[in-house]
Amino acid sequence: MQKEGQIRIPAGCAISSIFSRSGKRIDGSKIVKSIEIMHDRSNGLGGGFAGYGIYPEYKNAYAFHVFYETPEAKNACEDFLDHHFDIINLSKIPIRKNPRITNEPLIWRYFVNPFPTKLADSQLDEQEYVFRSVVRVNDQMPGAYIFSCGKNMGVFKACGYPEDVGDFYRLEEYEGYSWTAHGRYPTNTPGWWGGAHPFGLLDKTIVHNGEISSYDANRRFIEMYGYRCNLLTDTEVITYIVDYLVRKQGLTLTEMANVIAAPFWSTISRKPQAEKERLTFLRNAFSSLLITGPFSILLGFEGGLLALNDRLKLRSMVVGEKDDMVYIASEESAIRVVEPYVEKVWSPRGGEPVIVTLDKSVNV
Amino acid sequence: MSVDFFYPEYEIVRDQNRCISCRVCERQCANCVHAFDEASGKMYADDSKCVNCHRCVSLCPTRALKIVKSGNTFKTNSNWTNDYMKEIYRQANSGGVLLSSMGNPADFPVYWDKILINASQVTNPSIDPLREPMETRTFLGKKPAKIERDCDGNIITKMEPNLELALPVLFGGMSYGAISYNAHASLAQAAKSCGTFYNTGEGGLHKDFYQYGTNTIVQVASGRFGVYKDYLNAGAAIEIKIGQGAKPGIGGHLPGLKIVGDISQTRMIPQGTDAISPAPHHDIYSIEDLHQLVYSLKEATDYQKPIIVKIAAVHNVAAIASGVARSGADIIAIDGFRGGTGAAPTRIRDNVGIPIELALASVDQRLRDEGIRGNISVICGGSIRNSTDVVKAIALGADAVYIATAALLAMGCHLCRSCHTGNCNWGIATQKPELVKRLNPEIATQRLINLLNAWEHEITEIMGGMGINSIEALRGNRLMLRGIGLTEKELEILGIKHAGE
Ligand code: SF4
Ligand code: SF4
Repeated sequence: MQKEGQIRIPAGCAISSIFSRSGKRIDGSKIVKSIEIMHDRSNGLGGGFAGYGIYPEYKNAYAFHVFYETPEAKNACEDFLDHHFDIINLSKIPIRKNPRITNEPLIWRYFVNPFPTKLADSQLDEQEYVFRSVVRVNDQMPGAYIFSCGKNMGVFKACGYPEDVGDFYRLEEYEGYSWTAHGRYPTNTPGWWGGAHPFGLLDKTIVHNGEISSYDANRRFIEMYGYRCNLLTDTEVITYIVDYLVRKQGLTLTEMANVIAAPFWSTISRKPQAEKERLTFLRNAFSSLLITGPFSILLGFEGGLLALNDRLKLRSMVVGEKDDMVYIASEESAIRVVEPYVEKVWSPRGGEPVIVTLDKSVNV
Repeated sequence: MSVDFFYPEYEIVRDQNRCISCRVCERQCANCVHAFDEASGKMYADDSKCVNCHRCVSLCPTRALKIVKSGNTFKTNSNWTNDYMKEIYRQANSGGVLLSSMGNPADFPVYWDKILINASQVTNPSIDPLREPMETRTFLGKKPAKIERDCDGNIITKMEPNLELALPVLFGGMSYGAISYNAHASLAQAAKSCGTFYNTGEGGLHKDFYQYGTNTIVQVASGRFGVYKDYLNAGAAIEIKIGQGAKPGIGGHLPGLKIVGDISQTRMIPQGTDAISPAPHHDIYSIEDLHQLVYSLKEATDYQKPIIVKIAAVHNVAAIASGVARSGADIIAIDGFRGGTGAAPTRIRDNVGIPIELALASVDQRLRDEGIRGNISVICGGSIRNSTDVVKAIALGADAVYIATAALLAMGCHLCRSCHTGNCNWGIATQKPELVKRLNPEIATQRLINLLNAWEHEITEIMGGMGINSIEALRGNRLMLRGIGLTEKELEILGIKHAGE
């Protein structure tokens, strides 16, 4: 059987997220409860979570979460990290045995900062330095896989149903202002933990439901800019597209959404002149990054969350609000189970991004 | 000498029971095949002059005529085929270069026919083009490498000039001279009506057609026929023709008998002189020179027009394309070895160049490997025969395609491959007024429009089947293609998997 990255595996899914605008710290059990209700949308072959604001004590360091298949892989990777980063802390990620989660790799966590001299020598900015280091490990060190590498955030994922994955990682022990979750329904057995979602790159994580029909057009374009789509998953390519447009091209999140879920030409033609020019420019300049086919994605980032549907809205996605809390999920049930008194509930239109951020005064 | 006698390849079969001796065939055949015999009151035909253009067949009111392969053959030999033998006799007689027209007809693989297209099932819904918008709008030209903003933080939307197409299909270059005034008029009007472009070829632009400038690509070839400032500024884009798929490495040839009247004026050469374009551009002996010509043309047109560089698909086409992409050109057009021509040396047409499918795949991949695919758009041509060829070309990586032979067929061409004789019975590849007037520009325009509309329907239906609702998501989407009956190497070059993988 080929594993993720050797073969492209389509998957259906469930996604959910919880966000506190006021920066309230919510423990992980709530997001587990939310995704659990959509059990039937997953098939036990992948589940995962991303939490933001979970490492306040190390908030200025990059938190690397790493899977190792062998002790040799661990030695090689740690040797590499030792040479390029100042390792402030390292430990195994605490787990709890769960009968439905098996074959676990070694799972380690490192809080690191680039060595200032190495960073200066590289002539890269800090994020690019971290990005390239992570790509180097994932690309070139067999058996080692850094699956989370942002600041004050972390990804937790495994093969299994999401509620079991949450239990395994003892998520109730973490507290954060933002959580996303994913339950996967792949049409094949990947059997590899790295293939589960969220997919993370620096502070950005993506969970996604859908199967994009533009995959290879997107992949072959984004690979021109130093990205390697080794996993062959939609989530991976979407993450790279977002990173390229937002971090490298400096687009705002809305502009990014205007590229990947661009309005139809007929819609653009009805806009006022300046807006028409802006949208036409974005569609033309980044035409190869238009994503077609069904998708709903949740993009977590430092201080915020973005939800986006494909432009035809071929996947369900519901938003609910109560007080400072925002809930977004594939199904309304996943919101009501954690917030029975949710106030505003609506379905965003296709291609229309929903962006929530921490209130200005909040410092996490 | 009797050795030069060839039994006609095609034979005219006339059903005497149906023939009413109306003499339509006689009037319609510019090759003077048919004749009426007063004595017997019957029609006769001299098969040896027939080029199998089907003009008489189509116009015979009683369906009395058909053309069949005569079946006369030399002793069968897989090595010394009939054609090779006849060519020897012909050359032994004339001492000349063999001439042919239209594209390479030889039995080389057609990769389009060995590629299959994907469709969605279950995991990803197909999209119904009758219910949902399907977008085929395409822009050709450079894309910005970096976003810039004004002092208020707004994106500066000005970019290098691009061509906007409603459908990624353009009419390829065919010169006024090689084809008739009416044929040009039809192409120009159809391009305008369909929101696409036609291409003047290398013969200049007739004064009457300046009005279609916004839908015209003006060509600059090595002969520089008809090139001057107004011409350059008349079109929406300028194409530097380096080469042509039917005859890579040599220039265009238009026999003096086609240089008459307006054509000599439009080309700016004396009547009756052969229009022979030099093999290379004599100001382009290297890639730096191309860069200079690209920028001279940009200067001459105030940086308002995208510059296309058209090359023939030859062995190292990927490296050449990479050079072109760095020359400042906005668009590269690659013409495959099946591409048509008004006249080409047979040996060259049938043996030089490579299939467009392989050339396109390797060019697109090379430009991506070098990270410069965004610097340049890619048009491919030679030969695109139907809407699935278009879909496959775009999925392999083309931004758009050129069609030329297909456009001629739409206007009535029957691929008799005798354009070089100047006797086109369909009024297309001829300059004889009595033949030219057979092509009604209004009807031909409508037929071209119909063809593009039909293809658009088919393309959007196929896209919908794949779950794609905008053409840009198809471009370079090679996962949507599978090869059938291809070797590992062929699959590797095409960058696609085998069916069943
Ligand atoms: S050349 Fe054309 S018109 Fe003349 S006999 Fe042959 S098929 Fe008929
Ligand atoms: S254009 Fe005319 S002469 Fe040329 S192949 Fe077509 S029908 Fe024959």
